[in-house]
Parts: sequence; structure tokens; C-alpha cells
Amino acid sequence: MKLQMATRLGLYAALELARDPTRQLSATDLSERFAVSTNHLAKVLRELGRAGLVEAERGAGGGYRFCGNPRRTTLMDIVALFEESPGDRAAEPGDGTDVGRALGRVLAEVDEIAEATLRSVTLETLLKHAHRNRAR
Amino acid sequence: MAVEKRDRGGRPKSPRKPASVADGAREAAAIHLRDVATTDLPAIVDLDRRLTGEAKPAYWKAGVAPQADRFFLVAETMGGVFAGFAIGEIRAWEFGSPPVGWVFAIQVDPDRRQAGVGTALLEGLCARFRAAGVGLVRTMVNRRDHLILAFFRAQGMTAGPSLELEMELQP
Repeated sequence: MKLQMATRLGLYAALELARDPTRQLSATDLSERFAVSTNHLAKVLRELGRAGLVEAERGAGGGYRFCGNPRRTTLMDIVALFEESPGDRAAEPGDGTDVGRALGRVLAEVDEIAEATLRSVTLETLLKHAHRNRAR
Repeated sequence: MAVEKRDRGGRPKSPRKPASVADGAREAAAIHLRDVATTDLPAIVDLDRRLTGEAKPAYWKAGVAPQADRFFLVAETMGGVFAGFAIGEIRAWEFGSPPVGWVFAIQVDPDRRQAGVGTALLEGLCARFRAAGVGLVRTMVNRRDHLILAFFRAQGMTAGPSLELEMELQP
């Protein structure tokens, strides 16, 4: 499954901040960690902020911190902020043919399985697995 | 329920003490696990009816009957209040799979969620499977049931190698 760069950055940033919700990290800290431009990451952080998942503290020592619930926030909640929903896709040539409809059903099945997987993994679950992998 | 335990050669094993919090359910320190008894039937039927919207007394009556390689655990508070149940069974060579512990049902009283009851029940089943020499646990979940999917994921379960397929049969 290919995710857009903004989606991957949204996931990285949310997960990194959710590791320790008391900790603040600047856009620069995070961009250096993921080797991406600060501008690009700042846009992603603003989107996470609009969704109520992170909040920005201004001033010296300020930065972003996670303010959502890691036990309730799923990967899909973040993916949905940046990726187009399958139901929002514009019609494409061939969709109305018998082959197009049959293909559409297969692709919808793939989308549904992918969504179920992303909805079933919370940030807390993923961080727990990441921690276990690091400990091995 | 006095489930007769068998070793891998099918011979009855000596009874083990009932599963308990010591099986690994650290989070659920106030939860006690034990084998099902026929007296649990009304509570099981009632919980299932509340969760699924359909009462199935005949199904559950048959379900609590002892069966080889099947574990039917009940979770209760230290005060003896029914909190949920789980059913697991060791199945071998179905779909070409070596012996694996299947989790067929896990139901928790909605008033007692977020208290580690489900975790205790799953850990209790895993302890039974492990003691019977099985090293893999598997279940099947409706992909639209995000709550139970998230629960199993949080326990460390990931997608297995099989995909379930089905089709409607035309009359």
C-alpha cells in the first residue's frame, strides 16, 4: 500500500509525539528526525492540530505535543486526514462497463481490508510493538 | 465445565488447577478465571443476547458441555460476579494447518470493559493452549467490527496467512 508523503509524515509525527505526550518537539526537531523539510512537516503538523491531535506551544522552548488519546486514535484517523476517501474518488473512464464494475468490486474489497487494518491499530498498539521490536 | 485435557497423543492428562490471574493477566488483578459450569448458562445466554441482540439458549447449552481440546473459561470478579467468558479450542490440520489454538468467542460485560477482563480471558486461553503444547493462537473477526479487531491487535495479534472467502448460494 502506497501512502502519500504527507500521510507518512502525519503518522510519524503523531506517533513520535504520542510516545510521550508531556514532551514538546519543534517542527525542526521532527523534520531532522525524519530527514524532511521543515516547511513540509509544518503543514502536516497544522493538519494534525486542526484535527485536535497535536497542539502548539508558542515561545522559547515551545513546540508541538500530542493531545489526543493514543488508546482511541487509530492509524486510519490520521490516514483519513491526508488521503482521499475511496468514496470520494472521481469516476474514471471504463467504470460503467461490466469489466469496470467487476474491477471496482475487487478494488473496493482491497480498500475495505486496508481500512479495517488501519482502523484496528491504535497509536498505543503500534508504539507498544515498536518498543518491543527495539527491545529485541 | 470439567474439560478433559489430553496430551498430544490424545491421552487424558491429569487435571490442572483452574486458570487464574497468575496466568499472566497482570492488568486484571481483580479478575478470577475458572472453567465454565452449567450454572453459568443463564449469565452466558444473557450476556450474548445483550451483545448480539439474539438469545441462543440451545446453542449455549450445547456449548458448555465438555469437549476434548476445548476450553470454556469464565471471568468473574473476586466477589464472584460474572464478568465475561471465552471459548478456545485446539484444532489440527484444518486448512492444512498444524495444531493451533482457535479463539471462538470472547465476550465481556459492557459494564466491565476497560478493566482487563478481555485481556485476562485471552491470556487464560493462551496459557491453556501453551500448556497443551500449542504455540500459535488464531481467531476470525468481522472486518467491520473495529472494536474487537482493535482488542486483538492490542494483544499483539496480526493478520495470519489465510483469507476467508465466501459466496452466496443461488437457489
